[in-house]
Amino acid sequence: MSKQTINLNVNGQSVSAEAEPRELLIHVLREQLKITGPHIGCETTHCGACTVEMDGMSVKACTIFAIQAQGKEITTIEGLGNPDKLHVLQEKFREHHGLQCGYCTPGMITRAHRLLEENPNPTEEEVRFGISGNLCRCTGYQNIVKSVMAAAEELNTTESAS
Amino acid sequence: MITGSFDYHQPGTLQEAVALLAKLGDGARVLAGGHSLIPTMKLRLAMPEHLIDLQAVRELKKIQVTGAEVCIGAMTTQAELIASDELHRAAPIVRETSLQIADPQVRYLGTIGGNVANGDPGNDMPALMQCLDATFVLSGPDGERSVQAREFYEAAYFTARDDLEILTEIRFAATSGGYAYEKQKRKIGDYATAAAAVLLGKGADGSCEQASIALTNLADTPLYCEAASAQLVENGLTEPSVDAAVASAMSQIDPVDDNRGPAEFKRHVAAIILRRAIQQAWARA
Amino acid sequence: MSATAESVQDRKAALKGLGTSRKRVEDARFTQGKGNYVDDIKLPDMLFGDFVRSQYAHARVKSIDTTAAMELPGVVAVLTAKELEPLNLHWMPTLAGDKQMVLADGKVLFQGQEVAFVIAEDRYIAADAVDLVKVEYEELPVLVDPFKAELPDAPVLREDIADQKEGAHGARRHPNHIFTWEQGDKGATEAIINEAEVVAEEMVYYHRTHPCPMETCGSVASMDKVNGKLTLWGTFQAPHVVRTVASLLSGIAEHNIRVVSPDIGGGFGNKVGVYPGYVCSIVASIVTGKPVKWVEDRMENLSATAFARDYWMKGKIAATSEGKILGLWCHTTADHGAFDACADPTKYPAGFMNICTGSYDIPTAYLAVDGIYTNKAPGGVAYRCSFRVTEAAYFIERMIEVLAIKLNMDAAELRAKNFIRKDQFPYQSALGWEYDSGDYHTAWDKALEAVGYKKLREEQAQQVEDFKAGKTRKLMGIGLCHFTEIVGAGPVKNCDILGMGMFDSCEIRIHPTGSALARLGTISQGQGHATTFAQILATEIGISADEITIEEGDTDTAPYGLGTYGSRSTPVAGAATAMAGRKIRAKAQMIAAYLLEVHDNDIEWEVDRFVVKGAPERFKTMKEIAYASYNQAIPGVEPGLEAVSYYDPPNMTYPFGAYVCVMDIDVDTGVSDIRQFYALDDCGTRINPMIIEGQVHGGLTEALAIALGQEIAYDELGNIKTGTLMDFFIPTSWETPNYQTDFTETPSPHHPIGAKGVGESPNVGGVPAFSNAINDAFRAFGLTHTHMPHDHWRVWKTANDLGLHG
Repeated sequence: MSKQTINLNVNGQSVSAEAEPRELLIHVLREQLKITGPHIGCETTHCGACTVEMDGMSVKACTIFAIQAQGKEITTIEGLGNPDKLHVLQEKFREHHGLQCGYCTPGMITRAHRLLEENPNPTEEEVRFGISGNLCRCTGYQNIVKSVMAAAEELNTTESAS
Repeated sequence: MITGSFDYHQPGTLQEAVALLAKLGDGARVLAGGHSLIPTMKLRLAMPEHLIDLQAVRELKKIQVTGAEVCIGAMTTQAELIASDELHRAAPIVRETSLQIADPQVRYLGTIGGNVANGDPGNDMPALMQCLDATFVLSGPDGERSVQAREFYEAAYFTARDDLEILTEIRFAATSGGYAYEKQKRKIGDYATAAAAVLLGKGADGSCEQASIALTNLADTPLYCEAASAQLVENGLTEPSVDAAVASAMSQIDPVDDNRGPAEFKRHVAAIILRRAIQQAWARA
Repeated sequence: MSATAESVQDRKAALKGLGTSRKRVEDARFTQGKGNYVDDIKLPDMLFGDFVRSQYAHARVKSIDTTAAMELPGVVAVLTAKELEPLNLHWMPTLAGDKQMVLADGKVLFQGQEVAFVIAEDRYIAADAVDLVKVEYEELPVLVDPFKAELPDAPVLREDIADQKEGAHGARRHPNHIFTWEQGDKGATEAIINEAEVVAEEMVYYHRTHPCPMETCGSVASMDKVNGKLTLWGTFQAPHVVRTVASLLSGIAEHNIRVVSPDIGGGFGNKVGVYPGYVCSIVASIVTGKPVKWVEDRMENLSATAFARDYWMKGKIAATSEGKILGLWCHTTADHGAFDACADPTKYPAGFMNICTGSYDIPTAYLAVDGIYTNKAPGGVAYRCSFRVTEAAYFIERMIEVLAIKLNMDAAELRAKNFIRKDQFPYQSALGWEYDSGDYHTAWDKALEAVGYKKLREEQAQQVEDFKAGKTRKLMGIGLCHFTEIVGAGPVKNCDILGMGMFDSCEIRIHPTGSALARLGTISQGQGHATTFAQILATEIGISADEITIEEGDTDTAPYGLGTYGSRSTPVAGAATAMAGRKIRAKAQMIAAYLLEVHDNDIEWEVDRFVVKGAPERFKTMKEIAYASYNQAIPGVEPGLEAVSYYDPPNMTYPFGAYVCVMDIDVDTGVSDIRQFYALDDCGTRINPMIIEGQVHGGLTEALAIALGQEIAYDELGNIKTGTLMDFFIPTSWETPNYQTDFTETPSPHHPIGAKGVGESPNVGGVPAFSNAINDAFRAFGLTHTHMPHDHWRVWKTANDLGLHG
């Protein structure tokens, strides 16, 4: 099948790629746009390593054809912070040892970001439920949950201070 | 895991979508949230030549509560169902069920239309729709028609929907009284080992005025338990009456052995889960 | 005085050395999506390889027709055994002394076996081409039950070695039999069993599972034909071993091969072995002259690379009527699948299963293990485990519980009665190991007190009464475990892999300005080596961990080492790091003495400097010494400040721990709920408590998964039933509890810094704790033992078999 032009806004930048309709968003991001933060872990929509944000939703980029994302805004881990200004979640994951091998981390942080956007003050149970679409084999989640809770607390403190 | 090749179409209106489907025929599949279809395509168990993506058909994305009538567009996602307070007031069992489907990411894209239309006995929405006595609206080349959820499911992946029809809308009456969706599963993201949707109405005198029971993943279709529901209305929520209702529902089920366990286990769990759903719904009634 | 003392403290803290919960240096790139995993590697003109795999578990391959695949635009080549045979690469040696087909040579022996390798311009074309390869099979009878392997009508699986009476590990008694491995004194043990007052017997099955790291296996091979150099990036837990194997297999001289393990997304033993995908990517690159990437998908990962466990352990344990254990007997039937591809040290075909006497002073013991071929995937890797110690620990911790039931004794008391006492270390076990150190009673008492063990038992007894009275449908299980690990393989005299002694290495360079680079033969897969090895070194050489770069995984730069698995990094490479650091310090002492114009013996080491004895104001810091080593001519001392250590450990290390799991079980649905989990670990000297705790959380969660549902299951035709993450149980954050961690600290007497390793302890100890909790819940109703995995339906069945459903 012939390739089509797919225009996306990825991390604030307008970009385009040529892709067959069957090409998955995760492949277009990783192979063509060199956005290799989101990873491929299961390909069956179970692990969440490929999680990105699409128009304000957390989605698994392995279960979306890139062409379905035509014209949409995509945020990946690369868009959340940069070396000069990390996102609070990125800082807190480090501070609370919320990662080990790092493979699930981009998806996990991206998911946690959306969770906190929608629920800035979650309980531990809400965090556990909210990140349940992201598997981690290393941490046992305990420190991930701690990291997300700490990020929420800091974001709330900064918010009320300003 | 790579799908076969296909042509992609994105109609802007329902009319266009129906016309496209009619034109492309057998080789075409309608794409809603894609969270059942795309994994199936990746396993190459489905290899459609054309995908008709409904995301741009705006009229299919809506939640309307008009008086006692609820109307939900087929492209409404589970996340939207969960987020709607209006819907929650009208039929709280919908949020309770939706929260037990898959995981957060899947719920952002998974749609109610896709969940009820593809006929997967593992899906949770079909039994819920039977419990709610919902009506499915289908649009095809010959126009629009309605099918009751309780009449819709024929066998696993076989439904009353014609291949050239698109499920567009789901309508049901707002509920009152108690509700529960109880689901046993192995983990988040799993299909039900057994699940039950129950709606119960309690009269001022403590009698059961209305009852509706449906079951998920216990046969090759969802199961509306008409006799069990009638049993509760007739004899109330006494222990023997509940026993009889559960026994009646259990006479309908025909679970299969799978990795969740053998049928014998599922039969036992189904009865427990249904009983708990009845108790929970009654407590809320 | 106090000012000086404080400044020593401050300087010590500034090093961020041993005992510091130092934040990880790896995290910056991982949290920003800048890790570099194998699938992130993209080279110009890179091709992609994909496998045609067998849908049958046992079949003869009648023909392979690649015509249609080759005609598909974008397909570059299709490899089959026929193409590999002239290179003698259609088979490859396994780490266990067996051989394995790289691509199906006449027949297939398990579902998912590699049949052909398609090389195409991208992964989409490769996938299409895989579908176009036509393979004609003739189905053969399938053997899935290892206990039927030697029956008269059993199909012969390995026709290639059917007539070989002698295998890599001694005599073979049947074509489907691989080896028998015997340890201990059979006669004496059987005599004790025959005469003992009390004997408990049980068959304990540790089911087949899989390490399933988040990242699957993969490789990128790039053959530079101009310079004759092969570069191979891949998910390798042992890059140097891969280089040696690649050289032996391909005939390319070892100096012309560079193997690189980039960031690895979890290993857990999955990435120790050598897989057909690696070999095919190399051959494909040689054939095409272009870089070739192979990355397996999750279904391929679960069905073809590296299963773990699958041990049927028949046990007998003899004791006096007072509960003093006298002897232990074990016969294990080990299901190895189609090829013996276990990753064990050569002399240990059943790994360290002979640690199965556990934490107990058992004077006499006997172990026999029979390895069997079946039509299942090869592997037998140590999934977060040191070579079958998980199986051993599960076995003994179940047998102890079974014996406690037989004795009608509390299982905690029975353990305490039989622990090896502190004063018995170093302890010689009946099956041949010398336990280096331990203090089991202290750990045990601390654990029981922390959870309020006595009260828990009272509550449990009350709940049993309530259950019998119809007041509740829930039961409470108290899962106890005291495990002893054996890690840090290992002494070269008895541990090797493919002939390579299991030493490890560290090479240190101190730069003129006093920062440092250290390279090791290991490779992190999430353990945080770049953080913790710098801490070891910081304490040894007085340079802040923040100024020490740790590098691993590139065989062109790193010293030869045997890699990271079996909790060996800290015990072996960690020791090498300390020893290399001490060499640096020894040279630094000479330089400092020269600079301070005193004799070597007149100065002493203090945190980060050499100080003249009795004159604390006269000193040279390591930074000053480093600078001097580069810019001054010091008589009798070579310029520069570098050191290398290849460390051959004198013994294994023996971490241990005491775990308690409290579980509530819904008898009617089989659903179990973890109420509390307490984990006390003693891993000797603690390098980074934060990382230790993280390792414990992770290992416990993997243990939870295994105990409560995770399995690789096959049907009677050898079809894999658990090939996706829908059915292969990996708990989410929702099913995972919070854990309570604790510790005691008993340093290893032979390790330079007393460290023992911790990564695998929680998996080794966790599985018995979870399983014992399930079993314990039903003890009052007559249950002796029920097999894992304890998923809902099996727990329900246990209750049902006991008549608890009325």
